[in-house]
Amino acid sequence: MGAYVLRRLWQMIPTLAGVMLLIFVLFNWVGGDPALVLAGKITNKDQIENIRKQLGVDQPAYVQLGYFAFEVANGFTCTWRSYTHNDDKPKAGDKATADAPASKCEGVRSWATNEEVSKILTSRIGPTLTIMIPVLLLETIIGVILAIGVAYVRGTLTDRAIMMVCTVAMSISFLVYIIVAQYLFGFQLGWFPVQGWSDSFWRNLTYYAPLPIMLAVFVGLAPALRLYRSFFLDEINHDYVRTARAKGLSEKTVMMKHVLRNAMIPILTNIGIALPGIFVGSFLLETFFSIPGLGREILVAVNRSDFPVIKAATVYLAMVTMIINLLVDVLYKAVDPRVSFK
Amino acid sequence: MSAASTTPSAVSLAPVHQASAGLWKLAWRRLKRDKVGMVSLAVVLFFILMMIGSFTGLVAKNWSKEIGVSYANPLFMHGAENLEAVKKSTDPSAKKIPTADLSDIDPLAPRYKEWEERTAKIKITETPRAESLPLGGDKWGRDVLQKAIKGAETSIFVGLVAALFAIVIGTALGAISGYLGGRIGDLLEWFYNIFTSIPYILLILAFAAVFSSSPQLAAFKGVPTVVAILAFTGWTGIYRLIRSEYIKHAGREYVKAAQAIGASDTRRMFVHILPNVSHVCLVQLSQHVVQFIKAEVILSFLGLGVPVDSVSWGTMLAEAQAELVIGKWWQLAAAGISMAILVTAFSMLTDSLRDALDPKIK
Repeated sequence: MGAYVLRRLWQMIPTLAGVMLLIFVLFNWVGGDPALVLAGKITNKDQIENIRKQLGVDQPAYVQLGYFAFEVANGFTCTWRSYTHNDDKPKAGDKATADAPASKCEGVRSWATNEEVSKILTSRIGPTLTIMIPVLLLETIIGVILAIGVAYVRGTLTDRAIMMVCTVAMSISFLVYIIVAQYLFGFQLGWFPVQGWSDSFWRNLTYYAPLPIMLAVFVGLAPALRLYRSFFLDEINHDYVRTARAKGLSEKTVMMKHVLRNAMIPILTNIGIALPGIFVGSFLLETFFSIPGLGREILVAVNRSDFPVIKAATVYLAMVTMIINLLVDVLYKAVDPRVSFK
Repeated sequence: MSAASTTPSAVSLAPVHQASAGLWKLAWRRLKRDKVGMVSLAVVLFFILMMIGSFTGLVAKNWSKEIGVSYANPLFMHGAENLEAVKKSTDPSAKKIPTADLSDIDPLAPRYKEWEERTAKIKITETPRAESLPLGGDKWGRDVLQKAIKGAETSIFVGLVAALFAIVIGTALGAISGYLGGRIGDLLEWFYNIFTSIPYILLILAFAAVFSSSPQLAAFKGVPTVVAILAFTGWTGIYRLIRSEYIKHAGREYVKAAQAIGASDTRRMFVHILPNVSHVCLVQLSQHVVQFIKAEVILSFLGLGVPVDSVSWGTMLAEAQAELVIGKWWQLAAAGISMAILVTAFSMLTDSLRDALDPKIK
């Protein structure tokens, strides 16, 4: 297994290099001259030339790419240091004046707020996870329970009606759900706060988060139900199910003990695919309910062309995605003994 | 099924075409038996006709004209109280009342007469504004029904064109990677890995950020940009499927036979194999149209999609968010329901197409 993990990690390097190359090409060439984007309405040639020098875009492409790679690595060490040595903080003031990339913990800064990008990202991840972890858990649990029920009555009118409702529910835009729910439950009925966020985790979870969480679960339920139902139906046609029934087991035991366990494998795969998404969060929910999460931060950055934030978020979240995918594959072995690492 | 019919004599285009027609004819027969499929096909065709109609100016020509009062009521709510409209119509008259006679101290006083003459020359015609419109009006008194039709045009157009581009990119790359393999296959796999390792939403937003800030691409702002964003980020799923299909087909007898009679690689890939995987393409196309329509609505809502001077279901929803608070729900309903109908029909059509084109079911 160690060899497998090592090989997977080794394979990540070209992919990660590719992600950085893609981001570099996008933001340095496709998006036009970054200096002009940063300069905005400044038309003074000298000033633009200055910005160009500061950003390093006057250098040849390979040097810029090297800088970018250095910045990515630097972001890691900085975040790490800020967690391990808290005594770094008082020095931050005089470090800001020191010349950029040379000093050890001078990370990339946001163009808009001049805040360090690594700090922005690490501070926004908490609210996002506060929303997304309950969403993923609830969606899976409710989805699996409902899917067993629907698979149990497969082929009946109830089954077809529920599937029909799911198709229709999936067709309504997420935006409509959010707008209507926020208006109805937040504004009209006043059951939930319309929007907001606080510093206390428990208050967030119990007061501000329920409506966004319920919305996300509700919207995610229809596709999950359809998918999980198809997983159950795939399993029901297998020989072992017939054997179990032939033994005289009740349909309930067959479903709960035999089918459920086997259907859990594709379900877990599906959760594994969805898992990296919880770090990005739902930018729509975060925007509507003004939750200071990662998704909203990225959206704000997109709206004000704050390239460093978008670049960093993309590269780091791609890393997170790759690592989670690896973890899921390793955990897979624990669930399904038939899986072997090749 | 088509392996048998693609005999060596079938090098010319026509017989190959005939061979694939068999599959399509069978599929069409199966689809015709599927009531749900036919109804959804009819709905989708209706929406596409509406799109063409509004594109050519046959319907919804006046969507941008302010024909009603502000927040005009829908017809079925005719006569309901409309506070917003009343407030607006009283406002200008209130302003007309002169506050005080300043001609003694106003240095521009000698010109008063000249101005009066000038204003007398300008004819003011007051167009009567409708109190109620079929599906109500928006803040500027524009007809919501016409806006919804015009919005459908934008959203469907973006969805269809972006899906077509994504299919072309995904199929071409998938064919090359699956059929040729080797170095170029590895390169394309690397590409695929790069695109899929970035979370999809983030990829879209990164593309949107770049495209919206780029001065060179400013000329293409709006619909072309949205199409490009969706097509460049959405090809990966199609690529994966087509690639595995090509790997499967590359070893089949009919491809070997084509090779034996001297068909080039390109010819084998796109003349011989492509018709046999085209049903996958069609189902994927249908599925991606749905996905892209949803994505376009969200992008336009966020202001990253179509510009303000055009209308899409997304921009309508963006306006509707503020309107809902003052109780004007019809724009939200019009955009939300028309989109839901189209997307439901399209998804059910996709399911029916998948069943009809499944070669395992005869």
